[in-house]
Amino acid sequence: MTVGVVQAVAMTLVGVLALAVVVTRNPLHQVMVFGLFGSSLAVFFLVVQAPDVSLSEIVVGSAALPAMFLLTLAKVRNRERRG
Amino acid sequence: MRPRTRAIVFLVAAAGVVVLLAWGLAGLPRFGAYHGVYGREINAHGVHQRHATNVVNTIVFDYRGFDTVGEEFILFAAVIGVPLLLRHQRDESDVSGHDWAEGRSAPGTSDAVRVATLGLIAPSVLLGLYTVAHGQLTPGGGFQGGAVLVAPALFVYLAGRFLMLRSVHPMHALDFGEGTGAAGFVVVGLVGLVAGAAYLSNAFPKGHVGSVLSGGDLPIINVSVGLEVAAGLTLVLYEFLEQTLLVRRR
Repeated sequence: MTVGVVQAVAMTLVGVLALAVVVTRNPLHQVMVFGLFGSSLAVFFLVVQAPDVSLSEIVVGSAALPAMFLLTLAKVRNRERRG
Repeated sequence: MRPRTRAIVFLVAAAGVVVLLAWGLAGLPRFGAYHGVYGREINAHGVHQRHATNVVNTIVFDYRGFDTVGEEFILFAAVIGVPLLLRHQRDESDVSGHDWAEGRSAPGTSDAVRVATLGLIAPSVLLGLYTVAHGQLTPGGGFQGGAVLVAPALFVYLAGRFLMLRSVHPMHALDFGEGTGAAGFVVVGLVGLVAGAAYLSNAFPKGHVGSVLSGGDLPIINVSVGLEVAAGLTLVLYEFLEQTLLVRRR
């Protein structure tokens, strides 16, 4: 099995977006980029024939986890304003 | 340490890492090369043994079922931990009384978001139930389906207000669902013991390959894990929202 075009594109996307998550400094923006990274990972899992993992990644990586991060950020900000 | 010394230390260390990494990567098998004897064995006999076409599901809930019971209780413990940490503390209060953007009204939920999320609630419920029910046949299963079933709760929150989510998701039903789901998996495993075999070995009729009720205990485990994951994750989401709201109200 060699690396196909679609797989190569998916891999590159995962690499680029992972880097983007790290270099984004604003936590709020970072959550959004992280969601995109999760989606790209889901696509990657799908093109290497792991649809089960892909399904979990879609929900956990691109929806549930960013939602929790957002809620946590909202909470932390409320506390920061108090201080 | 002076910047110059620091740069030298970094360059030496980085060069070492690069060499080690290149050495390791050079020895990797080719992309897609597979040496797993265990995997081939399961691919050859899995469907025949368990009458379930999704071999991943068979591995997770049968061949490696005991591991999965442990994993399920990791989630269970995490879900218990969140309400514990987020419980309403006695001296906790919030300063949202101070308006940081006076004279500017916060934009409400846009109609586009509202319509889109309202329209997605029913399909996502259906997709979640389908993923759980067909776990032993097609990609998916209890965990994936359960996680999909959290999406409707998010959509209700996005489409309306938190209070609306509160009326849709009574706390007791979520607690009950999480507990029952976690216990269900363990109990199904015990049925194997009662039948005189090992823990989690199948004691249910296996059915025809490809039908919804095939795979013996797999559909039952899928439903119970789905229930646990959906209820547990919704509970976590709910706790976050509830806590923020309670603190803000004081």
